This record gives sequence, structure tokens and C-alpha cells, in this order.
Amino acid sequence: MPVEQITFWLFSAVLIASALRVITARNPVHSVLFLVLCFFTAAGLWLLLEAEFLGILLVLVYVGAVMVLFLFVVMMLDINLEPLREGFVRYLPLGILVGVVMIAQLALILGPGHFGEEYYAMPERAPADYSNTEHLGQVLYTEYLYHFEIAAVILLVAIIAAISLTLRKRPETTNYQSPSEQVRVGKSDRLRIVPMDSEKRE
Amino acid sequence: MLSELVPVLPEIVLLAAICGVLLVDLWVPAERRQVTYLLAQASLIITLVTLFVVQPEAPRVVLHGAYIADDMSLLLKAAILIITLLVFVYSRPYLEVRGMMQGEYLVLGLCGVLGMMIMASGYNLLSLYLGLELLALCQYAMVAFRRDSPRASEAAMKYFVLGALASGMLLYGMSLLYGMTGSLDIMEIHNQLVREGVDHLGLMLGMVFVVVGMAFKLGAVPFHSWVPDVYEGAPTAVSLYIGAAPKIAGFVLLMRLLVEGLGAMHAEWQVILAVLAVASLVIGNVVAIAQTNLKRMLAYSTISHVGFILLGVLAGTTQGYASATFYVIVYSLSTAAAFGMIVLLSRRGHEAEELSDFKGLNERSPWFALVMLFVMFSMAGVPPFAGFYAKLSVLRAVVQVEMVWLAVIAVIMSIIGAFYYLRLVKMMYFDERHDDAPLQQGRGFQAALSANGVAILALGFYPAALMSLCIAAVSW
Repeated sequence: MPVEQITFWLFSAVLIASALRVITARNPVHSVLFLVLCFFTAAGLWLLLEAEFLGILLVLVYVGAVMVLFLFVVMMLDINLEPLREGFVRYLPLGILVGVVMIAQLALILGPGHFGEEYYAMPERAPADYSNTEHLGQVLYTEYLYHFEIAAVILLVAIIAAISLTLRKRPETTNYQSPSEQVRVGKSDRLRIVPMDSEKRE
Repeated sequence: MLSELVPVLPEIVLLAAICGVLLVDLWVPAERRQVTYLLAQASLIITLVTLFVVQPEAPRVVLHGAYIADDMSLLLKAAILIITLLVFVYSRPYLEVRGMMQGEYLVLGLCGVLGMMIMASGYNLLSLYLGLELLALCQYAMVAFRRDSPRASEAAMKYFVLGALASGMLLYGMSLLYGMTGSLDIMEIHNQLVREGVDHLGLMLGMVFVVVGMAFKLGAVPFHSWVPDVYEGAPTAVSLYIGAAPKIAGFVLLMRLLVEGLGAMHAEWQVILAVLAVASLVIGNVVAIAQTNLKRMLAYSTISHVGFILLGVLAGTTQGYASATFYVIVYSLSTAAAFGMIVLLSRRGHEAEELSDFKGLNERSPWFALVMLFVMFSMAGVPPFAGFYAKLSVLRAVVQVEMVWLAVIAVIMSIIGAFYYLRLVKMMYFDERHDDAPLQQGRGFQAALSANGVAILALGFYPAALMSLCIAAVSW
């Protein structure tokens, strides 16, 4: 299947290149846009794996909602990234060394030497009328009901945590106008008549 | 199908109670916050009662293998609930004085308990992981609870970033295990490994990542750097929460994943745990000597206790698992009491978290100096306190599997560690006091703390009762 392989290599190359650009781009907006590209290509790879629901979800949720929010935040905060980049060059050699060693180790173990086709047969292709979405829907609320509910509680905790960390009660001393009081104001509230002796001009 | 839900009732009841507390707290005026507090305590007690009522006779796996109710889940859940009950009692005056007694602390604390209970009953990778995340999320938020304190924000940030990293490691390891065995169920993974053998590098890689993730969460050296900063930076009430019950949850994760799931790989993970245990014992005990802040000292002491717990697990025998279970429960009890003492001496505008704050405590309150002495002696492993018996049974388990060198290191490090525990006792009894303020906490608080101290002594005299429960819990 050369078409499939070409697609795989193309998407993988774009994915890795854009992931690298996410951390090397100078402009944070560019970083976010490259991250969007990352998610798109990852979604493409998932489609290749016949996981079309996850692929669509990735585009809809991450690209459509999360990343747009991200973009807004990055634009609004106007972060100065220069201080964050201090020491980038200094730590780069160490970072590259650690990264290369880790990738080499993982490649040694996860490569075809242990996971090749002679150990694990190619999974069978799903028939054309197979629906990944339908299958997920069937198990999500039955077999994985417990996990689904726990995930709901996690979201509840996230809401409580976010609100309790960001909600600040306005202090009582803040000056604000009360229109109803302004309307109901009477003469005696505003005007004070002070009895004074009249003075004669000299 | 509904009968499947009966063993899960404690979690369901707790979740319903959390929602109730959350809603009630919305309508309770700030000056009557104790209503929320009492409701939170009541929900813990109701959950505890439900736990004992619905516990099945024989171990029962329900919800498509995601949930197990067995002796271990019962014992550890009961310990988690009782210790959290104590923790709430201790944290209440601290929070009230500082104007932090908000419903969120209690609700997040209860959600954390729910996460711990889910972990204690988790019987597949997914429910264990989700329980862990639920607990961790609550802890991050609680550490950052005091928003105007830069130290707390820094601690929360560190905790969050390192915790997320650890979760990533754990998840990656789990995904490898899933890929290798084709199942998320602990039992299925175990059977698969026994059937097919464990001679595969991919399994090793998955196991290593899982161990690293758990070592992060437990705070074992070299993944311990967050522990002192979080303990010191967080408000004492939160350090108290984090220090006590979640260690039991971390321990149950270790038992379910490594012992029950990857038991066939015992020879492989034993070596890793041995390295972690020795490093934790050495770093924890030696660095604690240099601390002048009690919360920081307790953090390093936690690290050394984690070393002991790992020793018990790596022995790989029923005796070892049972003694580790005993150790973690005793550890949680004494940590709760130690932080309770900090709260007892704290007051408005004063955090009694320096070692010097305990100077001359005997003159101020002979009884609570004695309680602190119980706690410190128990942590140091002085007979007849519970900590002594816990250390002894772990060492016996390690010697039984002929790893005498490990036992020797553990004993030497315990003796070094005894120095900083005894130094605090010396300060309480023989140093001049320079703080004359009377102890302010109420009767209930003092009674709970006294009971906690006495329990540590009583467990040292009669360890057999708890020990037999621990042995029953780990006899599969």
C-alpha cells in the first residue's frame, strides 16, 4: 500500500517538524499555530489507524476549542518570552544529549527488534461499514461507565478549583454608584442651610 | 445489574454527599461556616458506615472488572476515612483563624478522599489512573489555596508541573503494559504475564515507567524534590492533608499495580525498589538533620518513611506486604498528629512551624509535650510505640528474604534519623521557653489530638489487632 505509506511518512514528517517549530518559534502566536498544525497531522495519523472518531474529536475539541482559546490568551497576555528563553543556549547541549539518549533507548526497545511483524501480526482491517464511533458509543456508557463517571467528577473538581482560585470578592470599599439611591435623593441629603449673620459691605 | 452497584455504594454515597455539601455551602452565610464543616464530617462518617455495611464476604469484582471490594480495599479505605476525619478536625481552627474556612477546602478534601477510595478499589489501569488524577487535582488546588502567599503559589506550581510529568510517565508505562498484554484489567495482566512469561524488554520498559511515576507520587528519592517545598509552602492545614492519607493511596497504587498486576516481574522491580528505598532512607534521614523548619523536617522524614514502606513491599512476602501496610497506616496517624501539634501551637499571625517554637513546651502544656513525645518517639522507632513495631516487622520481613544488607542500612539510617526526632524532644523538655501564649484550640481539637497520641501508644502495645487485619488484607 504505497499510498498509505506515503501518507504516513508525510504526516509524520510534518508532525515532527511542526512540533519542533512549536518550541523554537520566536513568536508565541506562531507557536500556537504550529501546535494547531501538529494536532491536524496527528488527527490524520489517527484516521490512518482507522480511529476516525478520535481523529475528528482531536480536530473539533483541540483545534476548534482549546487552541482558539489558547490563541486568545496568548494574544491578550502579550507575554515577553525573552526572559523565558534565557539559558536556552546554555542548557541546549545537555538537553540534546539527554533527548538523544532517551530516543536511542526507546528506539532500541520499541523498534522492530522486539515489536516487528514476526512477533505481532498485522491487525485485521476493519470492514468498510465498521463504525468506530458506534463502537465507542456502545462501550462508553456500559463497560466504561465507572471511568466515565470518575472523569465527570474530575471535571467538577477542575471547575471548583478554577473558581476558588480565581474568584475574588470585590472589596467593600470600592466606590460605586447606586442609581436607585441617586433617584430617591431628597433636598435634605444634598443641601445644608447654614444660618449666618449677614455682612455689610464696608 | 443493580446488585453490581452495591459494593460501590461507599463511593456513590460520598459523591452524593460532596454534591450536597457543595450546594449547602452556597447558601450558608460566612459566619455559620461550621455547618459545612459538620456536614463534611458527617459525610465521612456515613461513608465509613456504608463501607462496613456493604462489604461483601468474599472479594468481589464488579463494573466489568474496574472495581474490587476485598479486605485490602476495606482496611485502607477505613484508614483513609478515619485519618481524613482527624485531618479535618485539626485543620478547622487553623483555617478559621486565617479566614480560609471556605467550603472549597472541605469539598476539595472530600473529592480527594473519593479519589483515594477509587484508587483503593481500582482493579484496572484506567480506574487506578483516574482515581490518582482526581486526588492529585484536588491537592494542586489545595496547595494554591492561599492565593496571596507567593510561597504557596510557588509550591503549587512546582507540585503541578512535577505531578503532571509523573502522571505522564505513569500513563506512558500503563499504555506500554496495555500494548504488551492487551488488557487493562489487573487480573488479566497478571494472568497474561504468568502464562506468557515476562521475558520481554517492552514489559520492562512499561514497568520502569510505572515505577518512576509512582515513585514521584510517593516522593521516593530521586523523585522527591517537590516534597519539602510543597510541605513548607502550603498552608499547614493543606500540608497536613497531603502528608497523611494520600500516602496510603500511593501505597495501594503500588500494591495493585506492582504486586497484584506485575507480581510475576517481582525479581525485576525488586532491584529498582531497593535502589529507591536505600536512596530515600539515606537522603531523607541525613538531610532532615539540617532543617530548622518543622514542616520541612517532616517532609524529609516522610521521604525516609517511604523508604521503609518500599522495603516492606520489595521483600515480596505476605509478611512484607502486611508490615508495609501496617507501616503506612501508622505513618499516616503519626504525621497527622505531628501536623496537628503545629496547628495547636499556631495562632492568629503566628505559624508555629519552626523547631524553636516547640522550646519549653513542657512548661506550657505537659500533656501535649507528652503527646508530641509519643509522636516523635514513634517516628524514630523507639519502643514501645507503634513506629517501633512497624519498623521491626518491616526489617524482619527483609531479613527473612535474606537481604540483610538492606536491613543493616535501614537500621543505621534509622539511628541517624533518631537524632532529629530526639532533638525536638530535647527542645520541648530541656530548653528555655520563649513563647508564653496559652494554647488556644478548643476542647474537641485537644481531645482528638490526645486520642491520636494515645492511639500511637496503644498500637505499639497491641499491634496484633491491626497487624492481623493487615495480614488478612494482603493474603490473596
